[in-house]
Amino acid sequence: MNDLRDLYQDMIFDHYRQPRNYGCLEHANHKAEGYNPLCGDKVTLTLILKDGVIHDLKFEGTGCAISTASASLMTESLKGKTAEEALSILEEFKSLVTGATVDKDMGKLAVLAGVQAFPQRVKCATLAWHTLQAALKSSAELVTTE
Amino acid sequence: MKMGEFNMNKHGATSDASTVESEIKNHLLVQHWRKDFPILHTSLYGKPLVYFDNAATTQKPSIVIEAENHYYRHINANVHRGIHTLSQQATEAFEATRSKLRQFINARYEHEIIFVRGTTEAINLVAQSYGRSRFKAGDEIIISAMEHHSNIVPWQILCQQTGAVLRIVPVSDAGELDINAYQDLLNPKTKLVAITHVSNTLGSINPVKTIIKHAHALHVPVLLDGAQAIAHIPVDVQDLDCDFYAFSSHKLYGPTGIGVLYGKAELLDEMPPYQGGGDMISSVSFEGTTYNKLPYKFEAGTPNIAGTVGLGAAVDYLTAIGLDAIVKHEQSLLSYATELIANIPELCIIGNARHKTGIISWVMAGVHPHDIGTFLDRQAIAVRTGHHCTMPLMERFGVPATVRASFALYNTKNEVDKLVSAIYQARELFK
Repeated sequence: MNDLRDLYQDMIFDHYRQPRNYGCLEHANHKAEGYNPLCGDKVTLTLILKDGVIHDLKFEGTGCAISTASASLMTESLKGKTAEEALSILEEFKSLVTGATVDKDMGKLAVLAGVQAFPQRVKCATLAWHTLQAALKSSAELVTTE
Repeated sequence: MKMGEFNMNKHGATSDASTVESEIKNHLLVQHWRKDFPILHTSLYGKPLVYFDNAATTQKPSIVIEAENHYYRHINANVHRGIHTLSQQATEAFEATRSKLRQFINARYEHEIIFVRGTTEAINLVAQSYGRSRFKAGDEIIISAMEHHSNIVPWQILCQQTGAVLRIVPVSDAGELDINAYQDLLNPKTKLVAITHVSNTLGSINPVKTIIKHAHALHVPVLLDGAQAIAHIPVDVQDLDCDFYAFSSHKLYGPTGIGVLYGKAELLDEMPPYQGGGDMISSVSFEGTTYNKLPYKFEAGTPNIAGTVGLGAAVDYLTAIGLDAIVKHEQSLLSYATELIANIPELCIIGNARHKTGIISWVMAGVHPHDIGTFLDRQAIAVRTGHHCTMPLMERFGVPATVRASFALYNTKNEVDKLVSAIYQARELFK
């Protein structure tokens, strides 16, 4: 059970039950949808990108505790960052959840490190991030985890 | 064996003596069966494995594992063409399975049993061989809203190729086919009905004899997807009078990579080959090639011989136990589990058909199936979470995914108790 507690830490539950930045940005200039066909997690990201800076971002969707908490923590950590910084954090995050070495201090995102022990859940953790990648490029296609 | 290990009714009162005796007998029988399955004695995370993902694949008894092993150790050779002894022995072992399967599903002839890779390939074969050669633009194919993708996509591809259209039989809130709607869909343009015998997500047993009767009144052939039915209810293809029946070995306690398409000989005779190659020919020249007779016309290339031998052993195993005993046990597990699971607060069972096999799908308010699945996994309980390859059905019920527990002959009430207890714990953790 300790094992599970590594994955489902208190902060994960907090962000799952009370996700931050949940909703739809009315004046968004970038948008993307993501979908994990394995479990039915869906996320829609809306963001305002101006002069290369993410001024605001929100997410909506149905998903498991991991995908919801990850999306919530992501929106918190990326507000005010440049698109470049966001993409760099994204790469670090992927390393974090797959057990590869991480150089940066990940701040609150470190709480998702527990996902490494649950390879079947990596796609839950990375769904919002891959969706973000698409939103920054503003590609119109639906992002999936497959 | 402790007293708690068999079922006293929930309020503590004992059932009468004959019920208790029957419970004990059943318990001993299932324990006896469990000894035949090596993997059931595995532990995960320090706990004994509780395997409730039988709709995805079943575990194998030693006799099946050893049959494949024995084949490779003693009689491995290519089948049908060789003149040497090993080849003869391999051919006999291979063809023996065909004969066993003919008996198992009560087909008229052995040559109505075609070996394929699995249910999916069987359906693709019918779509491409039967359908492609006959269907035209405007022809209609009836399937249902509860079909597995394997019984949807091959028909969609066929429709793209020929201009035929799909018509969908709706599913009720209880998870049953709307037979009145089905009858309305049947019309002179209908060229085929393809329906699942048992739903892999809902567990519903469909009234296939009725479905076939209505179709045949309009001279429309019927294909049944038997993947979930074959190991859990008796299948008699002559009694059903289905035109095609498809199933997989690995859901029948046999190896992966082998399955069966049953087809009425008259239909199969008229159908062009599915794949070309060795074995399915009679003679080959660059001026022209002639095809082999049934069943070989549809069995191109070297088959999964070891898998077929293993499947034969699985059929022997089930025949020795008797499907009736298995059905009785699984139905008793289904009732027991359904009652307990239905009582869990905020949990909703998806699929409450009057006639079901041992499959229970559910969703729980505020707790995502994936989270429940991971939690159960760490208690060594294997269930499936997701859309179960039935995305249209998920949409119909308005859920992104369900948790699914599916039973087999070796599952026990004690295991059900563990599952239920774990669901309550998961609920506490996640709510």
